Formats: sequence, structure tokens, C-alpha cells
Amino acid sequence: MKSRPFWFSALLHAGLSLACAAVLYPVLWVVKLALSPTEGLSLSANPFPEQVTFDHFRAVLLASDSAGRWLFGRQLFASVAVSGATTLVGLSLAVTAAYALSRYRFPGKESGMQALLLTQMFPATLMTVPLYSLLERLHLLGSLGGLVLVYSTASLPFCVWMLKGYFDTVPRELEEAAVMDGASPGQVFWRVVLPLARPALAVTALFSFMTAWNEFILAATLLDDQSSFTLPVALQRFVGEYKTEWGKFAAGALVVSAPVMALFYALQKHLVGGLTAGGVKG
Amino acid sequence: MCPRLAALLLLCALPAWADAPLRLWHAYRGAEETALEQAVARFTEDTGTKVELLALPYDAFSSKLTAAIPHGVGPDVFLYAHEKLRSFREKALLAPSDARLVRADYLPNALSALTLDGVTYGYPLSLKCLALYYDKDRVSSPPTTTDGWLEQLGQLSQPAQGQFGLAYEAGDFYFHAPFLFGFGGRLFDDAGRAEFQSEPMARSLAFVLGLHRRGYVPEEASGALVKSLFNAHRVAMVISGPWFAGEIDPAIRWGVAPLPTVSTTGKPMSPFLGVEAAFVSSRSTQPDKAQSLAHALSVGDGAFLRTTVGHQVPADLATLRTDAVKRDAFISHFRDAAQSAVPMPHELEMQKMWEPMKLALRALLQGGTTADEAGALADRRYRALHRPAPADASPLPWLAGAGALLLLAAAWAWVTRPREPFRKRYPEAARGLLYVAPAAAGVVTLILVPFAFGIGMSLFHHEPNGSYRFVGGANFADILQSRGYAVTEPLSFYFTLAVTVAWALVNVVLHVGLGLLLALVLKDPLLRLRGVYRVLLILPWAIPNYITALTWKGLFHRQFGAINGLLAALGVEPISWFTRFSTSFAANVVTNTWLGFPFMMVVSLGALQSIPQDLYEAAEVDGASKWTQFRRITLPLLRPALLPSVILGSVWTFNMFNIIYLVSGGEPGGATDILVSEAYRWAFQRNEQYGFAAAYSVLIFCVLWLYTTATRRLTQPEVA
Repeated sequence: MKSRPFWFSALLHAGLSLACAAVLYPVLWVVKLALSPTEGLSLSANPFPEQVTFDHFRAVLLASDSAGRWLFGRQLFASVAVSGATTLVGLSLAVTAAYALSRYRFPGKESGMQALLLTQMFPATLMTVPLYSLLERLHLLGSLGGLVLVYSTASLPFCVWMLKGYFDTVPRELEEAAVMDGASPGQVFWRVVLPLARPALAVTALFSFMTAWNEFILAATLLDDQSSFTLPVALQRFVGEYKTEWGKFAAGALVVSAPVMALFYALQKHLVGGLTAGGVKG
Repeated sequence: MCPRLAALLLLCALPAWADAPLRLWHAYRGAEETALEQAVARFTEDTGTKVELLALPYDAFSSKLTAAIPHGVGPDVFLYAHEKLRSFREKALLAPSDARLVRADYLPNALSALTLDGVTYGYPLSLKCLALYYDKDRVSSPPTTTDGWLEQLGQLSQPAQGQFGLAYEAGDFYFHAPFLFGFGGRLFDDAGRAEFQSEPMARSLAFVLGLHRRGYVPEEASGALVKSLFNAHRVAMVISGPWFAGEIDPAIRWGVAPLPTVSTTGKPMSPFLGVEAAFVSSRSTQPDKAQSLAHALSVGDGAFLRTTVGHQVPADLATLRTDAVKRDAFISHFRDAAQSAVPMPHELEMQKMWEPMKLALRALLQGGTTADEAGALADRRYRALHRPAPADASPLPWLAGAGALLLLAAAWAWVTRPREPFRKRYPEAARGLLYVAPAAAGVVTLILVPFAFGIGMSLFHHEPNGSYRFVGGANFADILQSRGYAVTEPLSFYFTLAVTVAWALVNVVLHVGLGLLLALVLKDPLLRLRGVYRVLLILPWAIPNYITALTWKGLFHRQFGAINGLLAALGVEPISWFTRFSTSFAANVVTNTWLGFPFMMVVSLGALQSIPQDLYEAAEVDGASKWTQFRRITLPLLRPALLPSVILGSVWTFNMFNIIYLVSGGEPGGATDILVSEAYRWAFQRNEQYGFAAAYSVLIFCVLWLYTTATRRLTQPEVA
């Protein structure tokens, strides 16, 4: 590839810096809220804290219940377990379904895809009550497993559609070549298709994880034990009927977003970098 | 079963019953939570009964109670404000407390709040009402009459310097009610209907408008803003409740006083009284112990701990008479304020007043109406929102119709059945179905079943007592005829639909445009720092959007927002963002674009990888320009991988409820509400009209169905 003129790079970086500034400005306000001793909104345009305290972070991170158990640690564990399991379950269900939808012909395929899309169209606000009764019948109330099932099915429609779209772009010739070399259908899937679909897998993994990671209404409704609550439930506790503890909420929000950033950082090498270059000759 | 075996079983079961801890659910935090834990520990010490506490987020508390208690998996005791008493009673969530409760123990005002049709439910714990906080460095003696108040406010306010005499959440009827009562107003007319158009109402509104016009009170004040202003010494007085005390900077010397008396009428500005109570669940398996626990929390040590540790204003007279409590000026002031306060009525009619009054107050303060006409505005909204319950319909024609439809579908399937044998048509059907089965099972049980329930609900009317009545298509007819409203007004289905379509369109274009642009820039391996840029740019997606959306709302504030500060630096007049449709809509779009582009950026980054790199190399060799490469290679090949996300993204945006709710809140006057936020309001803020809300949802569904059918052709992979 040709190297670019200097002015073009400069322009590119200037544009990106501007975008980052626009993205960061509101985030800095959250940081300011988290670090300022007063819990109010600031009355100036300066997004940097005038006084710094780590009290809010301490209050969030060291939260413990009346029995002296380290609540934050348990809730972090519950969150990671639920989100991790949601990603695993959601992704494995979605990958198999999407592959079948992309490669095989079977009755009800088209309408199934449409039905999957249609489920996204009914606003979720009214679904809590029937979902609760349903989980009660299935004896899945109050368990993290039930929550994982709900979250992973909730993320399925996007995952299936995304992966199916991506599988469609993977040339069949590669699979046929592998079959000619004596690979079983399972091997074709594991060794050929999945590695090629890594960018789409990264996107869907991030999406499934996020579905579970930030949700609080269902988690608070379906779980019955303080120490198995996920972090967003703990976070939402700072919002009261009459007042909100903004400092702690902001500190908690930043803590909650840190693992997402870490996950994205880990996944991003699969999203970029010309993986398929040379591997696919259409 | 033989009796002896039954007795044996009972014996085995008894110890388990006796040891099962009581379950207590609450939404307390901070000092109140600590006090509650100590009071519960004291109860366990005294009685030996173990108690399991569960602290819930307030936002999820009520819905969790209504879901859990009827299934028998709820708490034995729960703490809640009395406003929901009627709703809870109608749903049969509550057990009466008359047997245990000693009426002479409590403030009569608090007991009356918990009594419904002669039956008392729960035990009163603490009292919440509004009073006047003042900064002692600036106010030597609190005002007793409105005339004296106005004089003080005139001296204290210098709006040009950002100094105000008074701050309170003027756009909320809860805070306006004391003014209404002070001017001699009432909530309901003689027939028991909410009253908006009255002389006292107009005068109270004119008074409040005067406070704002003279610059005594800051605009668009939220709770957080009021607190910040008070702590920054920029406001001398604040109208707020007991919860405000914990928010004040310890460096400030402050006092509390009752709200003043209105000079022209001689009546006190009485606030609403809210009573928090310990309610016993109707489904408690240990009702006696549960009643003991709830009772113990409301009196004696329980009340004392809640007062001294939790800084609550108790309803228990004995505690109010103790020396420690009497010496506490804060508690005594609020006790006095509570005694003259008006217990918040639990009539359903009360629930119907909030939204119309909020509309009228905001329109008034933003200059959209006058004090004399605001009442009429509220009344109009009241009539539009409170449709009479639709008449019963017979389900028979509907069932017959559904049956006929099924038959027709079956006949059609038979006529158009493929002539080829199944095996030949679908050679790999078995494997395909096997792969799809697990996902399909999950989707059918956890998504389609609740979904079918939701659709069915749209044919019913939800009664206040939680039962459903079949009304056929009445809900749909009401919505589609935009009853009582011209089609061009907010609240009419067609207006909201147009707003929603515009909302989805603008957002998706911006999300995809920005996301794709950034992805194209960031996929370049030669770009330095691209890892840093990428991680920074997904921040809006990573941070829970509740707080960032509210931060954006703060940035758009008329007087203190950073955006108007920026505009002022550029020499532009400050904009009152939420008073006009165009600016309010723009504020929503800006916020949602900020929140939504990172997702599209990540998806685009992934999708761009489906394009073989060598195509670009070939194009480069052929001398194609970057623009030609983008148009001829990137766009067409991106389509299959990106289109699903675009379609789903538009569906999600169409139903993106919380940004509208948190940023513009539908302002001005519901004009920026989209269909789903309207459905939400019907379900949760307008007397739980679930059936009506479900009908809205079904219509949303139909609109989106049309949209995806139209775009369906695009999703089909092109035949090569």
C-alpha cells in the first residue's frame, strides 16, 4: 500500500481526536461526578474535578452486607458468571443455528428467520410479567441459570442474524475443498468456518456479554438473594425514590464499564487486521 | 392418606416452618438501611425469629412485589410508601393489620393514610413531607407569610450573578401542591373528580410564575441541581423533604421551617404527607410472626433506632415524646410540618392528576400558556388520558375468526404444497433442523410464549384489581381513531408514529454513517494509535446509559448546561432546549447518536473483514480511486454482513425508550414521545392500562413488520 501524504495523516488524526473529544466530554462528567466529594451536578463547564476524593469508589468497591460478607466481590462474581455463561450459551446456540440457516435447506427456514426478527419488534416493557410466570413454572426463579437462559435467548436474534449474514460471505469452495481432503462436517465447521468467522464471533460475543452485563430490571425481578445480584442491580440501588447518590452511581458505572473495555480490547484484534487476506479467493 | 401419616408429616414439617426466616424486602439505603438492620437485629434478639433482608433498587421494587407475591414467592413483610396502598390492596397483596395495631400509638394523620374503607393495612414507620430549608448565613429568620417571603427573596436574588432566593422542582405537582392548598385550592371537586380549573389553581400558578419571572427561582430545576446550588451558596432557601438533610454539605449552617402562610388567604402552604409503612404480605406463610416483625419495626426500639440512627421522622407517638427526639430540632420541625400536612389521597383519581399537572406546570413556566389557561390545558390532557373503560365484548366472533383464519392457512398450505418429494427438496433437512433445534427451543419458550401473551393482552382491559376483561378491538379502535385529538397533535397515534419514524430514520442514518466512517478509518493497519482510538470510541457503549443519558440532559440545561455555555462563548443566545419540538428532538438525537454509533462501528469493523483484501489490491493495480473502490467493492460486499445489523438497529431505535424517557421526557407536552414511550406511559403511569399499552405494542409490531417486509428483498443474498 502506498504511504499517505503527511497532511492526510494529520487531518485524519485531527478528525479522530475531535471525535474522541466529543465522546470523552460527557464521560469526563461522569468521572468528575465519581471523584468529587459533593454529589451534585457541577455548575460550570469545566469537566475536571476541582477536588478529588476516592470515597465513592471506596464505598462501591468495599460494599459489604450486614453479615460482613464482601458484597461487591460476590456481585462481581455473579455478574461475570452470568455474562460469561450468557456469552457461551448464546454463542454456541447462535453459531449452530446460524450455520444451519446459512448452509442447509429445510422447511420453515425463511419463516424462522423472519420470526426471529419479529421478536425484536415487540417492546420488552410488557414482557416481564408473563416471563416471570413462565420461569416460575419452569422452576428457574431465583437462580442464575434462569437468568442466563433469559439473557442468551434475548441476544439470540441479533447473534443468529449477524452470524448468518457473515457465514453467507464465507465461500463454500473452502468447505468443499476441506471435504475433498477428507474432513468430516464437524471438522469443516470447527477448522474452516469458525476461524474465518472470527470477526463476526467477536462482535456477537461482545454483544451477548453486553446484553447480560448492563441489564438490571430482570435481574432484580428474577433473583432473590443480595449476594447473587448482578452489579447493575447494585448500581441501580443508588437511585432512590427521592434522591440519587450520583457520586456512587458514577463511580459504580465506571467500575462496571471497565471489564467491557478490557473485553473489547482483548477482542479487537479479531475485528481488524486483514485476517482473510489471501485466505479467501472468491 | 391415613391420618397418622399426615400427622407424622406435619410433625416433620413443623420444625422447618418454625425455623424458616422471615423475608423482609425494602429499598432503603445509607443511614436508613443501617437503622433498619439494627432494628431487625433487635427483633431477632427479642423473639428468636430470624429475618432475611433483601434490599432492592427502587425502580424494580414495585414490579417485583406485584410479580412475586401472587406466586407465593414474595416477602413476608415489605416496606413501601402508602401511595401504592390502593393498588396493592386491589391486587390482594396486603394483609390487614387491625388485629395487632394499637391506634393510639401513632399520629392520627399517619394512620388515616393507611386506612382504606375502614380497614388498616401495615404499620406506619416514617413520615415524608416538604418543608423550607434555609441557609442560616443568608436568612436570619425564615419567612412566616408569603408577603415576607417575597420581600426576602427580592433581596436575596441576583439572577444575573447566578444567585437565587429559592430553588425547588417547580415542574412537579408534588412540589406545587403546597401552593395550591395555600391559595385555598382542593384536589377533587364535589363529585370526586380531579379539579384543574379553579380560581385558587389559577392564583397559585400565577404566584409561582411570578417567582420565576422575577428571577427568584432557577429554571428547569432538578433535584440534583437544587442540591448543587444550595451547597454552592447560590440559593438561600430550598423546598424539600427530610431526605434533603443528608445531601447538604456539612460546612453549611442550615435550618428547617414549615412552609409559610399565604398572606392573601391566611392559609398555610400544606404539603402532601407520605407515610412509609411496613406491610404484611397476604401470602406470608407465617402471618403471626410477620405481623410481630412489622409491628416491632414501627414502635419502641425499632422506631427509636430508625429515628436516631436513620434520621427518619417516626409516626410513633412514644418515640416522638422521648427526650432525645424532642431535642432534635430537625425531627421536631418535620413532625410539626407532618401534623398539618395533607395525607396523599390513595384514590385512583389522584394517580390521574400527576401527568396533566406536570404538563400544565411546565407549559406555564416555559411560557407556553398563561396562569388562567393552564388549568384548562391540564383538564384537556386529563380527559384525553382517562378514557372510560371499554365495554365487554364477546370473544366468540374473535375465536371464530381465528379458527377460520387457521383453516384458510391450512388449506392454502395444502394447495400450494410442493410436488417434489420431501427428501429430494430438502436433502439435509435432518441435520439443519438438529442444528437449529436448541436455539429454536429457547426462542419459542422464552420469547414467543410471552410474546403471544402480550398480543393476546391487547384484546383485554386491565382492571385496577389486576383482572382482565375481554373487550375485543376496542383498544385498537380508540388508538386508531385518535380519540379526542386532532391527528396533528401530540398524543394522537399518527403524530407519534410520524415522530417515531423520523426518530428511527435520523438515528440509523447517523449511527451507520458515523460508525462506518470511523470503522473505515480505524481498520487501516498503518494508522498510529488506532488501538487507543478504538477503545476510547466504544466508551459510550460500555458505560451504563442511565448515567450518561442523564449527563447529557444536564449538558442541555438552559441555565447551567455546558452546551449553552459553549454557544454563549460563540456568541449565540442560550437555547431553551426542551421547550420546542425541534430542539428537544435534536437533543434526543444527539444523545442517542453518541450512545449508538460505537455499536455500528464495532459491527462495521467486523463486517469489513468479510471483504477479501486482494480485491482492493487488484483494484489498486487497475488504478481505481479510493472512492471508486469504496463504491464498487466496499459497499456492495459489505451489504450481506452489515444489513442484518442495520435492520435490527432500526428496530431497536424504533423501540429505544429510555433515551426519550431520560433526556427529553417527551417534552414539550409529549411531542417528542415515540410510540414505545407512549405505550410505557399507558402501562405504568396511567393507571396500569396494560391492555391499551399492549394494543400500542401490537401496532408498533405491525408497523415494523411492514418495514421489514419492505426491506426483506434487500436481505436476500443476490444470486450470483
